[in-house]
Amino acid sequence: MDFKTLVFYILSAIMVFAALRVITSRNPVHAALFLVLSFVTAGGIWLLLAAEFLAIVLVMVYVGAVMVLFLFVVMMLDINLDRLREGFWSYLPVGALIGILLVVEMALVLGGRYFGLEAMPEPPAVQAGYSNTRELGRLLYTDYVYPFELASLLLLVAMVVAVSLTLRKRKGLRQVNPSDQVAVKRGDRVELVSMPAEKE
Amino acid sequence: MNFVVPDFYPAAAEILVAVMALVIMLASTFARRVASDLAYGLTQLTLVFAALVSVLVSPNLLAAVAAVISELPLFGVRLAEVLMSLAEGYAANEVVATFSGMFIGDMLGGLLKVFSLLAVAIALLYGRGYLADRKIDRPEYYLLSLLMSLGMMVMISANHMLSLYMGLEMMSLSLYGMVAFDRESPRATEAAMKYFVLGALASGLLLYGMSMIYGATGSLELSGIAQSIYHQAANKTVLVFGLVFIVAGVAFKLGVVPFHMWVPDVYQGAPTAVTLMISSAPKLAAFAMAMRLLVYGLFELADQWQTMLMFLSVLSIVLGNLAAIAQSNIKRMLAYSGISHMGFVLLGLLAGVVDGDRNFALNAYSSAMFYAVSYVIMSLASFGMVILLSRAGFEAETIDDFKGLNKRNSWFAALMMIVMFSMAGIPFFIGFFAKLSVLQAVVAAGYVWLAVVAVLMSVIGAFYYLRVVKVMYFEEPVDSTPIRAQGEVRFLLSANGLAIAVLGLLPQGLMSLCAYALLASL
Repeated sequence: MDFKTLVFYILSAIMVFAALRVITSRNPVHAALFLVLSFVTAGGIWLLLAAEFLAIVLVMVYVGAVMVLFLFVVMMLDINLDRLREGFWSYLPVGALIGILLVVEMALVLGGRYFGLEAMPEPPAVQAGYSNTRELGRLLYTDYVYPFELASLLLLVAMVVAVSLTLRKRKGLRQVNPSDQVAVKRGDRVELVSMPAEKE
Repeated sequence: MNFVVPDFYPAAAEILVAVMALVIMLASTFARRVASDLAYGLTQLTLVFAALVSVLVSPNLLAAVAAVISELPLFGVRLAEVLMSLAEGYAANEVVATFSGMFIGDMLGGLLKVFSLLAVAIALLYGRGYLADRKIDRPEYYLLSLLMSLGMMVMISANHMLSLYMGLEMMSLSLYGMVAFDRESPRATEAAMKYFVLGALASGLLLYGMSMIYGATGSLELSGIAQSIYHQAANKTVLVFGLVFIVAGVAFKLGVVPFHMWVPDVYQGAPTAVTLMISSAPKLAAFAMAMRLLVYGLFELADQWQTMLMFLSVLSIVLGNLAAIAQSNIKRMLAYSGISHMGFVLLGLLAGVVDGDRNFALNAYSSAMFYAVSYVIMSLASFGMVILLSRAGFEAETIDDFKGLNKRNSWFAALMMIVMFSMAGIPFFIGFFAKLSVLQAVVAAGYVWLAVVAVLMSVIGAFYYLRVVKVMYFEEPVDSTPIRAQGEVRFLLSANGLAIAVLGLLPQGLMSLCAYALLASL
């Protein structure tokens, strides 16, 4: 077993452990942190495959942005864990059955027989100066430009839906309208009243 | 790095819709007061123009349409010449692939796009008053419906798993948003939540299946997959494993048993205008997805997926028809009836290959397509009637709301009767010929027992359609409010109902159009 394989097994073991802890830990903050750990180790496995761009993006986007937001939400919301656990035991048999079925099916298909080294030969080694990032960028903007543009429109859909579902004006809310404030004239604020002088 | 700029011409309709969606978004941001009217008008224009462009970029479809137009009196011949001259100089091939093989332009795609764009346009027109009454006709609704149409067009023209998935998600995400559009209604929110969670699960299944197929064939392009399987380069076990998940994903989007759980709840919970939208054009897109994935990509595995579809279709027809009997809510009843109709569409799809003989394929798939198109026409009319009876602060949701409709407005009662008769498959309406052609294909393929089950269940199903007719004609109205609707809704709903009757008398044109589209595309 060479060094690379050893690193792979270590990283995989940590990842599997972290993924299991995500669903078993009782504290949602711990679960989120274990998810971070599993993402980081997944990034390590990407690096072993010489996909450095994907590895860095995984860490930056998922760990840096998504999970921080996630932790923020978990800490903001007061999640009642006991209510979440209600009915756990009554759902367990069905869930376990489906889970075991899926695991067995996957093991049958994903075992070494169909996707092993014999069926999927190792790709040729890349020459020096090969840039994974450059290659990815080239593909994204040439061969895959159609789904790439569609993905951007998909994000637009998500944005429009999110804004239209959450943006609302509540009644009785004291807020200022900046554009009204900027556009205000002297006449709106100061009223000059001409009145006769009064004697004492 | 030898990259050729792709040919944009076959995708002209998609580009038009995408650009107009962005224009509408910006325009309605700045035009605050008239934003909703502006967005509505521009959306309708875009949909109609996109349908026209879809015809123009598909040479076979253009020729077929020109042939029909030149039969018309007065300026028919001139109009056909003008139409043909518009597309001159772009002598595109019958089937053309662009964007590195991710997009395919063929007549099947062109025809389905035209039908689905028009279905969206009609659904928007029916739903406008409904949305305005409930104060939810915000411009985003029209923007989302346009983006949903774009997703459907991408799906219909997909030749690659990636573009297919992108189109599917664009359509589904817009629909989830539209279901939840009435923020004040807890029922709509619940329906949207169910739809979203189950839809995400189905997308996951589909993606998993796609990755398996990719692992087995080494290609995401549908024609590449077909070739790889044909040369027996792919491992059969992995392929079948992937196929199971793909069929499950397709079945969810079509809404057939046992992936139907979302259909009744979403149909009932969503605002009726959105139910109308979900039940019409997306069914055509789901049919196109089934055609692209199963027929274009995995045709060599037809034996396997036909068996799976057989289970799905028998279960859907039986459960859909039996469960519909027990419903008192008309939206729910129509949802179960939709499940059984989708079972009939699958009947057409599963009769294509018999013992390796492919001579039945054309007939079977064109009957399925004809069924899907006629279901969309009937579904538009039926939910259009439900919308027509609703008004501000009142939802015509139960079958009892149709009581004595004949006394309130005999014309609309007659239209509803036509729709119900057609859905039940009573001759001579379009639904009858749709059922007939599918059953013919099934019998020709040798599955006589399947045809017998389907006919028995349709007879049982006729009960709940006829119950609506009975309630309309033989019971006293509980509610004597006169039916008010805008002129264009009355006109279009009448045209829609009459189309069911007229196409029922003359189904040949539409049937041969479907058959010709498949002949030119397969």
